[in-house]
Amino acid sequence: MAIGWKRKDLLGIQDLTADEITLILDTAVSMKEIASRDIKKVPTLRGKTVINLFYEPSTRTRTSFEIAGKWMSADVINISTSSSSVSKGESLKDTGLTLQAMHPDVVVIRHSAVGAPHLLAGILHRTSVINAGDGAHEHPTQALLDLFTIREGRGTLSGLKAAIVGDILHSRVARSNIFAMQKMGMQVRVAGPATMLPRYLDRLGVEVFRRIEPAIADVDIIMMLRVQMERQAAGLFPTLREYSKLFGLNLDRLKSAKRDVLIMHPGPINRGVEIAPEVADGPYSLILNQVENGLAIRMALLYLLAGGQAANNN
Amino acid sequence: MRILIEGGRVIDPANNVDDVLDVLIEDGRIAALGPGGAARGTPPPDRVLDAHGKVVCPGFVDLHVHLREPGREDMETIATGTRAAARGGFTSVCAMPNTNPVNDNQSVTEFVLDRAKREGAVNVYPVGAITKGQKGEELAEIGELVGAGCVAVSDDGKPVMNAEIMRRALEYAGMFGIPVIQHAEDLNMTGKGSMHEGLVSTELGIRGIPAASEAIIVARDILLAELTGSHYHVAHVSTEESIRLIREAKAKGLHVTCEVTPHHFAITDEAVKSFSTNTKMSPPLRSTRHVEAVKAALKDGTIDAIATDHAPHTIQEKEVEFDSAPNGIIGLETAFALGMTVLVEGEVLTLNQLIAHLTSEPARIFNLPKGMLAVGADADVAIVDLTREWVVDARTFASKSRNTPFDGWKLRGEVLATIVGGKVVWELEG
Repeated sequence: MAIGWKRKDLLGIQDLTADEITLILDTAVSMKEIASRDIKKVPTLRGKTVINLFYEPSTRTRTSFEIAGKWMSADVINISTSSSSVSKGESLKDTGLTLQAMHPDVVVIRHSAVGAPHLLAGILHRTSVINAGDGAHEHPTQALLDLFTIREGRGTLSGLKAAIVGDILHSRVARSNIFAMQKMGMQVRVAGPATMLPRYLDRLGVEVFRRIEPAIADVDIIMMLRVQMERQAAGLFPTLREYSKLFGLNLDRLKSAKRDVLIMHPGPINRGVEIAPEVADGPYSLILNQVENGLAIRMALLYLLAGGQAANNN
Repeated sequence: MRILIEGGRVIDPANNVDDVLDVLIEDGRIAALGPGGAARGTPPPDRVLDAHGKVVCPGFVDLHVHLREPGREDMETIATGTRAAARGGFTSVCAMPNTNPVNDNQSVTEFVLDRAKREGAVNVYPVGAITKGQKGEELAEIGELVGAGCVAVSDDGKPVMNAEIMRRALEYAGMFGIPVIQHAEDLNMTGKGSMHEGLVSTELGIRGIPAASEAIIVARDILLAELTGSHYHVAHVSTEESIRLIREAKAKGLHVTCEVTPHHFAITDEAVKSFSTNTKMSPPLRSTRHVEAVKAALKDGTIDAIATDHAPHTIQEKEVEFDSAPNGIIGLETAFALGMTVLVEGEVLTLNQLIAHLTSEPARIFNLPKGMLAVGADADVAIVDLTREWVVDARTFASKSRNTPFDGWKLRGEVLATIVGGKVVWELEG
């Protein structure tokens, strides 16, 4: 079992091969079947411990990991702290060493600092680390659940075209999705205000647009990103009103897109800002499928990372 | 005490010397230089250092180090920092004022000089603060700082953001003929950035610091140097744009000089992909375009000196998330070998040019009576092996700190011995 999976950690999409991504997606298919059962508990990870270590507020990702772990009979412990390691007084290194002494099998970490999961993975020699979002760097499980959702909707990934719209600069979802989609043979476009498009995106093989209309014209997937109020204070756009006017996805704009275009959003959505309610709740919106599929992806990852060794021991 | 350095290839760019010569040191000064035993003199020397096949050159002069004393003796002290200098072939270092308390008054300058005299292995030249407390608001007592022994002023890690203050600092420091050193960085543009803004920052999602953030201040300051006629020195220049501006200023005849660190010519921002906090410094590691511009500027003389910006930090301060880590790396013990390996072997500079950038040039631009081997000069000497390969092992450093990105690198060119004022302060075993 867990054939082909060799990694201790899941730190980013950029490290993964297309084969590894496919393995995760395929594993998630059988996990989704478990999730659809009446009684969802399976004993796969009985006796295993999963720690959710969240340095940033999160509802859906943390809950998703917690449910995924519990359905597989792992003991799931949540540690949430709004403060960074520095202000808290204990360094991430010391927190890591402390956790290590408690012998967890998996630590899921979300942190505002890029590279924090990598630092933790270097400290936890016997524990798998899953990156649940590090700064604006990567959010690999989000990209995996997005790929899963797209594959479910279209039957394939290769050859599809996606447009990611919004604050690319600060988005770990965008980065992980760019890497993930490209690895799976998809074409990626990004669109957003010039102030939120990091430089040299084109050198990542991405097509860059400063207007939403041409970007979404003939794509298979439109992925809208949440816009944060605090970016307005940073001078990146004048008002949410103008942002919405220029970059919001509404029914009118959707007319120029493919008729069966899939609409995605990593959530939480700002209704009426980056996405109109009619679009978010519309027939091609996969927003809630994404949440549901997140469970299957996280079950698959917990299984691949924590279940593999137990299987070998049998 | 008489020391004879025998049979070495003496390279002294200040005096245009490159010849196999003996060097006799007596009473802390160079007593004689000559071929084939001519300098031996009588009575016979107390000590003979065999330098056959080696290079004998003036001890290196570092315009930019942080010795951390007073205030952060857990990172470095004047004793350990100057020993690190000695190991690296440096015989004179300029100590930056961002200590605690800040070196913005003569009592701190006197403390540093007194400590250096008693515990230092090499010559220490203090650099005073431009403004009180490095706050960028009111000028420090620059006259008294110079009187106490400061050779330049700088607010170091803190750029003087106010153009009016910078103008007055240049005018005021100009009275004493000392350079005003600027850490050129527009803090508004830097914001929360912690690496160079470029392809790598885009990939990693780490907030970027644009190259323009440095060049904007360099451009402004060059205009102020033109206005005041004073000596403006750019610390650790790192971008193609700044270099272009400095080149133009020099061509115009303005009194503008600059230095570059070894890490800014040796590595690019690609190194940040490791998330090692030893790749975090200010200015940040730049992309290839800038590194190439730095090399070209070393070659054409736009960059006057190589200075390390030796910045010790404790392990616990660096073993944190990239964003939270303090800026800076140590550099004294790897500078020469990086110059040899990257610049000389990389055919950017000749050996003599490299040595000039480490000796005569820094001494000249800061008016230090150092960086040469003439008879009568202070006997500050480095003996180096150009061909020897060694592997950097930070654990063996004389510095108190270990924060180097070059740990494990194989480098060519090793410092065999360092002599300060006629005293051997470093000698490689074996």
